Order: sequence, then structure tokens, then C-alpha cells
Amino acid sequence: MKVSVIITLKKDVLDPQGKVIHQTLDGMGFENINEVRQGKYFEINTKEDDKKKAEAKVEEMCKKLLANLVIENYKIIGSE
Amino acid sequence: MHSSVITFPGSNCDRDMDVALKKFGFKNKMVWHNDIELPKSDLVVLPGGFSYGDYLRCGSIASKSKIMKSVLNFAQGGGKVMGICNGFQILVECGLLPGVLLRNKYLEFICKNIFVKVNNKDNSYFKDIKKEIFEFHIAHNEGNYFCSKEQIKEINDNSQIALFYSDENGNVNKDYNPNGSLQNIAGILNKQKNVLGMMPHPERMIDPALSGEDGSIFFENLINNLK
Repeated sequence: MKVSVIITLKKDVLDPQGKVIHQTLDGMGFENINEVRQGKYFEINTKEDDKKKAEAKVEEMCKKLLANLVIENYKIIGSE
Repeated sequence: MHSSVITFPGSNCDRDMDVALKKFGFKNKMVWHNDIELPKSDLVVLPGGFSYGDYLRCGSIASKSKIMKSVLNFAQGGGKVMGICNGFQILVECGLLPGVLLRNKYLEFICKNIFVKVNNKDNSYFKDIKKEIFEFHIAHNEGNYFCSKEQIKEINDNSQIALFYSDENGNVNKDYNPNGSLQNIAGILNKQKNVLGMMPHPERMIDPALSGEDGSIFFENLINNLK
């Protein structure tokens, strides 16, 4: 079972990289952008076949290592 | 006094710290991250560097090293643990200190001398120290201290801020904040005041010919306080 997770910065956390990307897109002529926030994406391929069990394990991984819950949120976006 | 410096893959200030500790009288041992037991120590130091190439988040992989279980036990039993730069990042990632260190506000790696003002002397690290304002060196990309509103209230209520970035006269304001740190925080303590994390490198300020001696004052005072 392959579980996909995205990690994003919480709303109040400054994202200077996102800001620079936003400015660059503006400079390239992409108009009407309100904000850009940069995040991380993980694909975790596990030996577990049960979707619920695999997602529960990945959730534990997010809490313990993949995300820092002071500044980041995680979201499991799919399993296949 | 016995000290231990932990070396992680990618640590690069571990030998400087070893030289500094020995110069001021510590019997220091270098400890590899894969070791399980800490040697007998009055002080454990997590040095600066780029442990695991700063993968995932600075300090996050090192915070799960084998030796860190012993460091956590040591700190939870009241042992003195000091993290400098990447060591500070490891301490916040393993939960011994609150908050997190984000990318510097202006996205640049900062490598320069700065001034810090001591905020709390009621602990083993700064008790009876002769100076209020120190010139130390910083070299980091992720030193922008951040935490939640609830956490900063708790940090202030418990006087956990050890050092502020300041000017040479001790003025603390945003003009002298190199990296965007919340409230100009350069170093913090845990609630019990036995764990200290700071971005500046006192071990780089121990030679009058090369750097000045503000670090010497820090280490001399530290060993006296631990005796």
C-alpha cells in the first residue's frame, strides 16, 4: 500500500521561500496571485495491505518525525 | 568536571567545542551518535554543524539518534545539556526545548559577529557572570526562533529566555535582530533551567589573538557554576 502525505506550514508561520516564489511569479507576469505557500510531499510505500492500518502507521510517522506540529500540518491525501 | 560532546554525521563544531571545554578545565569525551550510553558527565553538549545535511528539517534526524535516548534521560533527571546552533535545533526537535527554528527571515545564511544580552542569570549557565552583553559569532541559515502564542507566554512567564540579540549597549529591538527571531530570542532555557539552547557560538570566542574572549568568560563561569 502506497500512502501519500502532504505537509504544509500552519497559517501563522512565516514562509519566506513561498514569498520569494510569489514575487518571482509576479515578475514573470503571472497575475492575480494572492499568496504562495511551499510544502512537502511524501510517498510512503509500506508492506501493509490494509488501508486503515497503513494510514494509521503513516499518521504516527507524521506525528513523530515527518512533521513538526509546532509549525506544520499533515494531511494524508491518498492510498493505493 | 566531566563533559561529553556528541558527534553526529555532519557535526562540524564538535572539535572546537572539545578544545574550548578542555581549555577551561573540563575533562571532555567525544561521544558518537550511535553509542547508547553516555559517559559520566556533568555537562552534555550538542555541537553546531549540519547533522544529516539538514535533511527533512534541521536537527530532526539527529534528534532520533540512539544516543539521544540517554541524553533525554540525562536531561529529564536534571543533567545539564547545552545545544549550540545545530545543537539548539536538535533540542527543539527532540522536545527538550519549546518552539522551532525557521529559515532566516531574509533567506540568507548569516555568518558574522553579533551582540547578545543575557536575560536570565538564575541558572547554571549565567549565574554570577561578569558581563551582561557578549560579542559572539553566529553562522546559520535556520535561526529564526518561532513558537505559538501560548508557548511564548509560557516562556516569558517562566523566564525561559536566556539571551536576546541586541546592540553593543544591550538595546534589544528589531534593528539588531539578524534573523527575524520572535522577540529577538537568541537562546532559551527549559522550565527547569538545566537545558540551554542558543544559536551563537561561544566556543569561537576563546582566543584573544583571533576572536576576543567573550566565550572564555562564558566557559570559565560555567565550569565554576558546575563545581
